[in-house]
Order: sequence, then structure tokens, then C-alpha cells
Amino acid sequence: MSADQKRGYAAIPNRTVMGRPRGGQGPGGPGAHLVREKVKLKDTKGTIKRLGAYLADKAWLLALVVLFSLASTAVNIAGTRINGIVVDNYVAKGDGRGLLLICLGLGAMYLISSLFFYSQARVMITVSQNTAVKIRQDLFEKQQKLPVKYFDSHASGDLMSRLTNDVDQINMALSQNLSQFFGGIINLAGMLIAMLLLSPLLTVISLVMIPFMFLITFFLSRYTRRVYISQQGQLGEMNGYVEEILSGQKAVLLFSRQEAARARFGEINQRLKKSAILTLIGTGTLGPIMNLINNCTYLIVAAAGGYLIVKGHITPGIVFSFLIYMRNFARPINELSNLFTTIQGALAGAERVFEIMDEKEEEDQPGAIALTGVKGDVAMEEAGFSYVPGKPVLEDCSLAAAAGTVTALVGPTGAGKTTLISLLARFYDPDQGRITIDGEDMLSFTKDSVRKNIGIVLQDTFLFSETLRDNIRYGRPSASPEEVVEAAKLAGAHGFIERLPEGYDTVLADNGDNLSQGQRQLLSIARVILTRPAILILDEATSSVDTGTEIKIQKALMELMAGRTSFVIAHRLSTIKNADQILVVDGGRIVERGSHQELLAQEGFYANMYNSQFRSGLVMQCSP
Amino acid sequence: MMKLIKQFMGGSWLWAIAAPLFMLLEVMMDLMQPALMAEIIDIGVARGDVAFIFATGGRMLLYALIGVIGGLGCVVTSCTAAVGFASRLRQQVFSHIQTFSFGELDKFQTSSLITRLTNDVTQMQQIVMLALRLMVRSPLICVGGIIMAYRLSPALSMILAVAAPVLLGGTYFLIKRAMPLFMKMQTKVDRINEVMRENLLGAKVVKSFVSQGHEKRRFGGANRDLMEWSAKAMGNMVLLFPLVNLVMNLSVVTALWFGGSMAIAGSLETGKIMAFINYLIQIMSSMMMVIMVSMGFTRAQVAVQRLNEVLDTESGIKDGSFEAAEDPAEDPAEDPADGGGYDIVFEDVCFRHEQGGEWILKHINIEIKAGRTVGIIGATGSGKSTLVSLIPRLYDATQGRVCVGGRDVRQYPLADLRNKIGMVLQESILFAGSLEENLRYGKDDATREELEAAARDAQALDFILEKEGAFAARVEQRGRNFSGGQKQRLSIARTLLRRPQILILDDAASAVDTVTEAKIRQAILRRMGSCTLIIIAQRVAAIKDADLILVLNDGAIEARGTHEELLMSSETYRHVAAAQLGEEVLSHVC
Repeated sequence: MSADQKRGYAAIPNRTVMGRPRGGQGPGGPGAHLVREKVKLKDTKGTIKRLGAYLADKAWLLALVVLFSLASTAVNIAGTRINGIVVDNYVAKGDGRGLLLICLGLGAMYLISSLFFYSQARVMITVSQNTAVKIRQDLFEKQQKLPVKYFDSHASGDLMSRLTNDVDQINMALSQNLSQFFGGIINLAGMLIAMLLLSPLLTVISLVMIPFMFLITFFLSRYTRRVYISQQGQLGEMNGYVEEILSGQKAVLLFSRQEAARARFGEINQRLKKSAILTLIGTGTLGPIMNLINNCTYLIVAAAGGYLIVKGHITPGIVFSFLIYMRNFARPINELSNLFTTIQGALAGAERVFEIMDEKEEEDQPGAIALTGVKGDVAMEEAGFSYVPGKPVLEDCSLAAAAGTVTALVGPTGAGKTTLISLLARFYDPDQGRITIDGEDMLSFTKDSVRKNIGIVLQDTFLFSETLRDNIRYGRPSASPEEVVEAAKLAGAHGFIERLPEGYDTVLADNGDNLSQGQRQLLSIARVILTRPAILILDEATSSVDTGTEIKIQKALMELMAGRTSFVIAHRLSTIKNADQILVVDGGRIVERGSHQELLAQEGFYANMYNSQFRSGLVMQCSP
Repeated sequence: MMKLIKQFMGGSWLWAIAAPLFMLLEVMMDLMQPALMAEIIDIGVARGDVAFIFATGGRMLLYALIGVIGGLGCVVTSCTAAVGFASRLRQQVFSHIQTFSFGELDKFQTSSLITRLTNDVTQMQQIVMLALRLMVRSPLICVGGIIMAYRLSPALSMILAVAAPVLLGGTYFLIKRAMPLFMKMQTKVDRINEVMRENLLGAKVVKSFVSQGHEKRRFGGANRDLMEWSAKAMGNMVLLFPLVNLVMNLSVVTALWFGGSMAIAGSLETGKIMAFINYLIQIMSSMMMVIMVSMGFTRAQVAVQRLNEVLDTESGIKDGSFEAAEDPAEDPAEDPADGGGYDIVFEDVCFRHEQGGEWILKHINIEIKAGRTVGIIGATGSGKSTLVSLIPRLYDATQGRVCVGGRDVRQYPLADLRNKIGMVLQESILFAGSLEENLRYGKDDATREELEAAARDAQALDFILEKEGAFAARVEQRGRNFSGGQKQRLSIARTLLRRPQILILDDAASAVDTVTEAKIRQAILRRMGSCTLIIIAQRVAAIKDADLILVLNDGAIEARGTHEELLMSSETYRHVAAAQLGEEVLSHVC
């Protein structure tokens, strides 16, 4: 159901097709799938194989499913034939007692058939749910192992959709379509055999229309695909426009542009209307035409059957059974053609899922050892880094920070400060040069152990939808409640937490949306305090926090930095002035370094920046 | 739902009425087929009349052809009606959203408005089409089938009286039981998505705290939970089809037995039994269709509600009637001279978003003379943005009044008022198109010189010229191919282009480095000597030269004065200034 809702656009016709409406070829139904965008599969065989691997340990359950549907279909087909026999042998011969008995027998058969049908569906749920859980879990665990670089280069929306929609689609295909597919094929084969057994002549006659069916479907779907693509284009254009305008609605208001927006929307809307009508008519046409073909087959068989009865070639009972088979024969064909497109969609989804599974994982160098007992001397030696080969973001950066000192990084936005601390945090490894901790190359240690010794407070804090307590002890789940409170106190977060109705047990909503930006920052500081890292990396918050909270955060950070090797992207004068060394970063290089006074004396980039940023009106007034 | 459909079917009524009529034709023709087949067997075969058999076959073909005309006619008419309906609905919803002001926009989130305009409307279109086709077709077949079956044999029709209630009741029961389970399942799906999203967005945090194990367990729990509930929900639904199958098959058997007995007794022909069973199957499958479609309707009800919510929301902010005098923008030099500039006055203004809500602004009194520069500073949530939003009437004051140029802002036509005021928001909004188009959003007929001048003053010209194609360079949706600072500078340029009488910068340069920000400020002052400038900022440096600085705290003006005055009179201001500019600021005061 969920996947169905997400697909949204085709949701309702889907629903009617999914169920097995007997006999009736509603015009809304069959056509709906026809138009689903044709998906290009790169490696169908491989994808099916991999999906198959997930099903492998459920093989005996799947065999059971096939068995059940085989049994259910066989009983159904036999039942229909017996109907005909009833007409010929009992009704025609006037055997009332025999009629009752055989009808009771038939009823029992149908009951058994339904039981098989039910069992089959039931087992299929177990299979599909277990498989979906496994795929989802594998995918999640894979995601955990992907390097940060991967998340930089892939839109989170796209990843999210692979992790949810695509897995859902696979799940749907497994739970419903797969068994329908089995059922459909078994049905088709069974029906064909039964028809042939019954009357080869009538079978040939009834298949006369099949080529027409294929031809019409072929040409119609070719036309429909064309108009459908143009409709999708227009729909995309409209969605794009709506999204853009509504996200910027405040600007529309401020510039009084409502009329223009309305007119432009009207234009797109009209175009969409035209192509939507064409598309819908194109798809809708299939229904009545199929209906016509079915009716024609029906009448041809009825007339030919009548003729053959008169000529004494067959009995009325045979014609009777045959007509029912025929009605039932058309259904699996329609269903299978619908299924084909959904299954193709699921395979495309599976392919996208496996694409993630095949991504390169974050790996430690062979022989890497765990980093322990860190003193805290950090050095960077001629390190260079680029996100995109050929476009270096950092070049030739060298620095040395003795244990327990504070290093401030300043520079304009986009200078490379964030990249620099990302290298220190081992989110990325440098392309050139190296970074050492206590004199040893960072690469010789495992990533996890390095990260454990480094605490990071990022500018945009990220919290989890757990309790405040669990958020604070995120880095050290073993921390006692007392330790959590102590850390919160040190970070200055204890006060506001206490004031919340549920205190430390408050569950955060959506990345802590129920807290202010400043409060989130305090929590993320408390979180780092609790891990007691030897090395600290901070990205100071800028304008989004008000000054009162800023002072509080500042205090908490001072608390945190005491005795630790710290790297701070600094915006505040006080932080910069108190730093043991200041590195001025510009254009991916460290252009100046030294203490506040030294740098001012150099009268270079830093002095210039300082003067414009912190030059006080009063200073100017008071100087003569 | 009917109300909405009635309202927007508008010009498509004829199509909408024609569709069921065509459908009626198709259904009637379909229903004839089994009866004709019965005739073939009972008359043609019984009499050995081959000519009759073929003649009847010919009639069946004729009916089939008439039927397809009806079917195609229905497709064309219903599509035209449904799409026409949807496009009218969409246009109206969009137009209605255009009348919204900030208050209404805040209430509906943008993403929710978008899904309403797209998914919900599309769903309505689907539903209307289904209604015009299946909801007509299935009941027609159902009723027609019952009539035909009754005509064949009233006695046999009694089977229907038993089977139909069993079928409908059973389905109803199953669906009713499964729905809450599906709902519950949906919450589990949401939970999985939440954990997933957190891990995607917070990948760095997870890595830096090396908490992959913890996250795996968290996800695993949610994952198993989802499996359990989906198995429960689906377990209910898989009963449905075997049940339907069973009921249908048993009815067929019963018809066979009764019909057979009657045929033996000589009161019914064999062909009629076959035809009856055919009708039986048609009737029951159309009943199933009705159930399925009704399920779709229930879901569409949600869409209807969501659309009505938008359509029923009326913006409280409407045009005033006072026509402002000639557009002073054309002759900016005139204003300061004759003193007719746009003074801004707040008279005891209070504001809250809703009745009974918290007061965002409390008794604000301000007088800003035309041509002055005012700085506003204060904590987040202190009401700074709300305060300035009252000037271009993005919100209306709850109490008191805001006057511009000696008149209540509510007296101006909205477009008039807003054309005099340029406001740059912290979040910069750019649109897909060229840079030039984006800048011209401020002024359609701006000359190239004007464009360049505005860009230069906003310190945007350099990076514009560096772009390939300069002013013709492409801006992606929401300007995502520009950095935060660049976007802010472009928004400032766009607003400068209008040469507004009042310029409001709502923390509009927060992502611009301080050197550049200072340059922008100087350029603005040079450019718009006569214009009133209101600057909201977090950085003291950005406002310290203002003629008047307001310190806002918790919706009230805590202190006002110039930089120097405030350093002495306001402790809050002193704190902020000291933290940002360094302690030596204070030493100069004394």
C-alpha cells in the first residue's frame, strides 16, 4: 500500500488491476500500466540473479508457492470442465441424483482450490517480507560503510528514494506480482491445454484474434508512449515551476508578481491539459478495443460452436466449458502484460539498489592499527586535496599543532577551512602529503580509532530522533545518567533541559526541530564533552544564533577546549586572539600564520580583514 | 467531494454527462451477448438451424461494434471532462495561493502546497475519470445483469440474493479490519524512513562518533517492526481474493445444480443455464470493481480535504483603496525637498499570529523620518523580522497601526505599497532562468547600465562578469549553482534596481564576508541618499553607523539610540558589542 501511495500518479488504476477482478475488462484497468515509462535495464540477467540470491534460502517456500498455485489452478480448470460434463451427462440425461452428487463434489473441489490459493498467498508474504527486510538491512549497513565523499557527490533525495521507494517496489513485486506472475503463467498454460483437449478446432478458432490483439497493442502503445513522454515532460515542467514559485512565494509577494506567476502557470497548465487528454485517451482506448476483440472471439466461438453442435461434432457442454475458459484465458494475458511493466520497474529499482551495494567502501590501509594513548601532537605536511580531480581545494598545506594548543583558522568563505578540518577528522584522506598524530602517519591507524580520538562540533548540528539523554551520550552509550547530567552542565545545556516537561527523556523530533539552533549547538557540545577526545575540531557558529546564546556557547566551548589540541574555524575576535596560533586560509592555501599581534604587524591579509571586520566606530572617534 | 467536483466541472459538464451515456451504450451491448448466446444454443442448435446460428452471430458482431463506439466515446468524453476539471481546479488552487500572504504561507508549508497542487489534483483527476467510467459501468453491469438474469429465470436469481450480501459483507469486514493495520504499518514505514534519513544527513556525525553499530541496531529494530506489521496487514488482505473466488465458484455450482434440476424437470433450457452463469460472473466481478473503486474514493477524500483547506483559506490582507500620488520613484530628487517622503510610524503596534497566541510584538512605537538609516538588533525570536514585515504588509498589525507617508498602510493598494518598499530577506530566493532575468525581477524595463550599476553596488558585478555569458549566465532552480553569499548579493542587487523609497535588509548579508558587507552598505548609502534604510543584523558592525538603533527583546523595544548612546545606556547592547568587536570598544566609551 505504501509504495502504491508513493507512486501516486497511477495509484488508483493500479489498485484495481492488482486485485484479480474476474472476467470484466474495465477500460480503466488494463491500459494504466501501458504508459509507465519504459525503463532501460543495464543488466537484467545479473539483477535477476542477485535478487534470486536473496530468495535462495527461501527456495523450498517458493517451491511450495508454485505447488500451491499449480494445485489451485488445476482444480479450477478441472472444475470448469466438470461444469460442462454436468451439462452434457447429467442435465441432458435427466440424472437428478447424479447432478446433486457431482455438484457437491464440485463445491468441495472449489473449496480446496481456494484453500490452496490462500496458502500460496500466505507463504508468499513470508517470503517477500523476509527478503525485503534482508535487502533493507544490507542496504543500510552498506550505507554505513560508504565514505563521506560518496554523500558529497550524491543527492540525499536520490539516495533516500533508493533506500525507500526502490526497496518498496521490489517488495511489492515479490509479494504480489511474483505470485501473480506464477499464477498467470500456470493459468495460461493450463487453460490452453484444457482448451486443446476439449476441442482443438475451437481453440484454433478462438486464437484467430490473438494476432490482432498484439498488433493493436503494439501500435497503440507506440503512440501512447510518444504522447506519454510529452505529457511527462509537461508534468515535469509544471512540477518544477510550482516548486520553484511556491518556494519563492515570498519574493513573488514582495515584488508584486502574482499576476505574472498566474499567467505563466496558466500557460503550462493549458499545455499540460492538451497532452494529458491525448495521453489518457490513448491509454483509455485500449480497454474498449480489447473488449471488442474479446467479444468478437466470444461470438465467433459461440457461432462456430453452435454450428459444430448442429453438425454433431461436439456437445453443448464442451462449448459451455470452452466459453468459460476463453473468458478466463483473456484475463491472464492482460494481467501478464501489466505485470511485465511492473516487474520491469521493480528490476530497475533493484538495479539502483544494487548500484549502491557495489559502491566502494571506506577502507583502512592494510596493516592499520588502532590508535591509542594519544598525546595530541598533530601535524600536516604539504597536504593537498581535491573533490574533483584537477580542481584542488587545498594545496600544499603544512601546519604543526603541539598537544594542548589552540589553532584558529580564519579566512573568507570558500577558502578551504572546512575542507582542512575535514581532512583532520579523516572524513577524507589527503591526495598529497600526509597528516600525522604524535608523529605517526594517520593512515597507519584505523579510521574508527582515529575518529574516536577526535571530537567534532560542526556548525550545523545534527541530532537524532532519540531522547536528549541518548543524544548526549551518542558517542559513549555506556555513560551513566550522572555523567550525562555533568556533561550537560559543563556545556550549559542542563538549564534548558531541566525546564522541558520531560527533561532528559524528551524525545527529539526531526533533527531536534523542537529546539532552538543555540540549544542544539549546546547539546552537540555536551555530546563531545562526554567522549573526552584528545583532539578537538570546532566550527564556530555564525549569525544564526543570537548573541546571548552565543556567549553561553562560547563559554561551553572554552570549557571543552581546555587541555585539548584544538582546531577552530573562528569567527569571534576573542577566540582568535586567545589562540596559540592563527592560520589564515585563502584560495586553498595557508597564506599567513602567527599570533594576533604578529599578524597585525605583518599588515597583510589578516590585518586588512581585522580592520574592516572589527574596526570600531569608537576607535575612530577617539583617535584624534 | 461532490461540492468540489460540481464547482470545477464548469465548462466540462456536457462531456461529463455524455460519458456515462456512452458507457450505458457499451454496457447494454455487452449485456446482450450472453442472452444471444443462449438463443444460439436453445433455438439455433435445438432446431439445427445453421442459418439462425450465423444470423445471431452477425447480430452479436453488430452489437459488439456498437459497443465499441460507446466505449471509445466514453473514453474520449470522460478524459476530456476529467482533465478539464483537473486543469481548472489546478489553476484555481494556484491562483488562490497567489492571494496568500506570509501568514497563510507559514501555515501551509511550501512542500505541502506543492503536493496539493500536483499529486492531490492528479488524484482528483483520476477519481473523476474512474467515477465517469467504472463507477457508471460497474453498477450498470450489476443492475443490467440482475435484470437480464431475472428475465432468464426468476427462480435462479435467488442465488444472487444470498451470494451478493456474503460477498459484500465479507469484503467490507476484511477491509475494515485491514485498514487500521495498514495505517499502523504506514507509521512503521515512516519510522524506517526517519532513521534512514538521519543516517544520510548525519553521516558525518555517525562516522565521527563511530556509532555504526548503534545505528545498525536502531535500524534493525525498526526494520523488524515494519516486517511484523506489514505481515499482519497483508495477511488480512490475502484472504480477500480466495474468498471472492470461493463465493463466485460456489454460486456457479449452485446455479448449475438448481438450473440443472429445473432443466431435468423441463422448466428451463440448457442454454439459459450457461447464459445465467455468465451473468452471474459479470455481476459479481462488477461488484468487486465497485468495492475497489470505493476504496480509491476513500483515499481521494484525503486529497479533497487537503485541497479544500487551501481553497477555504482567505488571506486577511486585502488591497486598500487609497491611490498613492504619482510614483515618486520617477523623480527621486523631489521627495526630500518637499518633505513628502515616506516617513514610517508605528503607533502602539502589537502583533500575534493567531487569536490567543503569544504576542510577538508588544506596544511598539517608532518614528522613522524619511531618508534615515535605522538598525535593528536583538536575539533570534525577539520579533525583528516580524516588525519590519508589517511595513510592506506581509502581516497586518493586530493592534495599533503602521503608517507610511502619513497614511495607514492598510489604505494603500497592496501592489502600490510594496512597489515603494524594497525588502531583502535572509533566505535569498532566485528563480531558474538567466541572471539578467533574475535581476529584472526587480524592474522589467531596466537598462543594461542600470543592471550593471545595481550589480556593482551589491558587489555582485565581479562574479557575474566572471561567469560564462556574464548576465546571460544560467541560474539553476533556487540558484543552487551560486554560493550563499553570491545569492544574497544578487537579491540585494535585484532590490536596489527598483530604487525603492524604503529599503529593508533583513539580515540580508549574513553569508557575505564582512569586508564585502561593508562595501555594500557604503554603496547603498551613496546610491540611495534619499531612501529610508532599515537594517536588521546580527553583526554590530553592520548597524553601528545608523542614525537610530533599536534593541529588540522579546517583542518589545528595550533600548534605542545611536551606537554611542546605547553603549552607555543598554547593557544588552554593550554585551553584544563587546563580544563582537572586542573589549576595547568599551574602553573608548569611558
